[in-house]
Amino acid sequence: MEPVRIVEGEVSVLDRANVDTDQIIPKQFLKRVERTGFGEFLFYDWAKEEGWHLPANPILATGPNFGSGSSREHAPWALEDYGFRAIVAPSFADIFFNNCTKIGLLPVVLPEADVKELMAAGHARIDLEEQEVSFAGRQVPFEIDAEIARRLLEGLDDIGVTLQQADGIDRYEAERERGGPVTTALA
Amino acid sequence: MPKTMFDKIWAAHEVADSLLYIDLHLVHEVTSPQAFESLRLAGRKVRRPDRTLATADHNVPTDGSTAAAQIHDHLSRVQVETLERNAQEFGVPIYSIGSARQGIVHVIGPELGVTQPGMTIVCGDSHTSTHGAFGALAFGIGTSEVEHVLATQTLQQRKPKSMRIRYEGELGYGVTAKDLILGTIGRIGVAGGVGHVIEYAGPAIESLSMEGRMTVCNMTIEGGGRAGMIAPDDTTFEWVEGREAAPAALPADDWRALRTDDGAEFDSEMTIDAAALSPQVTWGTTPGMVTDVTSAVPEPRDEGEQRALEYMALDAGTPMQEIRLDRVFIGSCTNSRIGDLREAAEVVRGRRVASSVDAMVVPGSAQVKEEAEAEGLDEVFRAAGFDWRSAGCSMCLGMNPDIAAPGERVASTSNRNFEGRQGRGARSHLVSPKMAAAAAIEGHFVDIRGWE
Repeated sequence: MEPVRIVEGEVSVLDRANVDTDQIIPKQFLKRVERTGFGEFLFYDWAKEEGWHLPANPILATGPNFGSGSSREHAPWALEDYGFRAIVAPSFADIFFNNCTKIGLLPVVLPEADVKELMAAGHARIDLEEQEVSFAGRQVPFEIDAEIARRLLEGLDDIGVTLQQADGIDRYEAERERGGPVTTALA
Repeated sequence: MPKTMFDKIWAAHEVADSLLYIDLHLVHEVTSPQAFESLRLAGRKVRRPDRTLATADHNVPTDGSTAAAQIHDHLSRVQVETLERNAQEFGVPIYSIGSARQGIVHVIGPELGVTQPGMTIVCGDSHTSTHGAFGALAFGIGTSEVEHVLATQTLQQRKPKSMRIRYEGELGYGVTAKDLILGTIGRIGVAGGVGHVIEYAGPAIESLSMEGRMTVCNMTIEGGGRAGMIAPDDTTFEWVEGREAAPAALPADDWRALRTDDGAEFDSEMTIDAAALSPQVTWGTTPGMVTDVTSAVPEPRDEGEQRALEYMALDAGTPMQEIRLDRVFIGSCTNSRIGDLREAAEVVRGRRVASSVDAMVVPGSAQVKEEAEAEGLDEVFRAAGFDWRSAGCSMCLGMNPDIAAPGERVASTSNRNFEGRQGRGARSHLVSPKMAAAAAIEGHFVDIRGWE
């Protein structure tokens, strides 16, 4: 994963609440077995609506509970492939939020009033290290889990990080692993 | 200090701070190919194939096809074949299309007995919350996390907050687990559970069957919750006992000890009067846009609701029971188990599907299908004019040939009424199996409580 520190540029606006992953990337595009090439299908049905305008800017500003619904990582893949580097919203669905952080697409939570102002401003600078969004002459701080921020800033591979604790996993399995169903033993 | 069930299971699986050991990893064809590919590129193996189980469900045609090669859609076929190849290469047990154990991943886990109390269970699918019905901590993950679990059998995870929803009183006649969870989402909203693991408790939960409990936990994600859980009890043990992967002697005392201690604290708690719940029908494009079957389509309160009414082609004030249907779908990981099919069959027995309605029943697994056929349920449905299909996700999400046409209105026992979910332009109304069955007969929604 590429490190993420500063995302700066124009802001695309999708002022809707509860945008679900079925809208972000409809199910017919989940059949690919690759990770790439989903951007052209982003908001496939909505993009056909009259007046739809969502340029491929670095920042997407949107409504609360963004990314609700399924666990499909295809949704962040599509947003990232389309060109977004950060998404600013009043809140995100849990799985979607996690999925974004795994691919270096920065999810930023700001109060709803600030998101509205950011939408109006049209341009912003997000500094992950300082945990601050600058727009319209203001600096607004945001919260993000310290460990998630560290991984994004350093562009760390999660599996690599976990494998540094391989001894701990070995020990867990030797001493504490719960007895349970053995899938390979099913006749 | 008194602990919640969630606290106990979390603590028992914490390898290190925020690193959680996973007891069971369920895998399906849609969210796993990129994970296996990355493993391959990095030269990594699946750490614990014996804690991993794969099946094909989303892309599977429900026409009785018995091999991936019979799937007409090229991309669907490639996706299922890719899963089969990956499972073989990495030594992961798989029940693919044609297997007597194939089915929707959240139906076959419990059915085989691999879902047990006290476990941590993940799958690249948001409805993994289903398995919490057994007193397990179960939740959906994305493809990067699927890869992480395959490689390490662990997940990096901050501990979510906890919530308990208590249901006072008993559900009334004709009111089911589906109505309970839809009514709950209507109250807490589609983001009401974000960041929380929700424990469902109280007499109305305790008297639910395992199928009903799975329905409730399944739709936790529709309320934004990370996971749903229900304390294991005798109902749980009876269900697990004798299943293939179940222990010969159930550790019932250990499982009972998982229950939330008296006095344990949750980050938030709420109470819902179960006895006051009516059969529910959704009217909009999120599961939170739901109302009583005896009510009418509500006045839109904001832009989102206005947009939903336009998409659904509904006018505020229209009684829910006057909404006419083109299709009825009974199936999905929410409501396709034998108990669900029995309930629906009781409603349709000896009756005929309205001539204007195209109705289908899709058992959740090959085993459910076999069991239903042994009881003659297939004949009940067929005689009434239902299409009796083979196991798969089917019209829940239209990744397979079961798709509703643009503008068609569907009464569905599935979990999501999002725009386009069941087919581009299709209009979905979520209901219980009983309500779906009665709607199929009448061609419009009816209050099952007064309908004969």
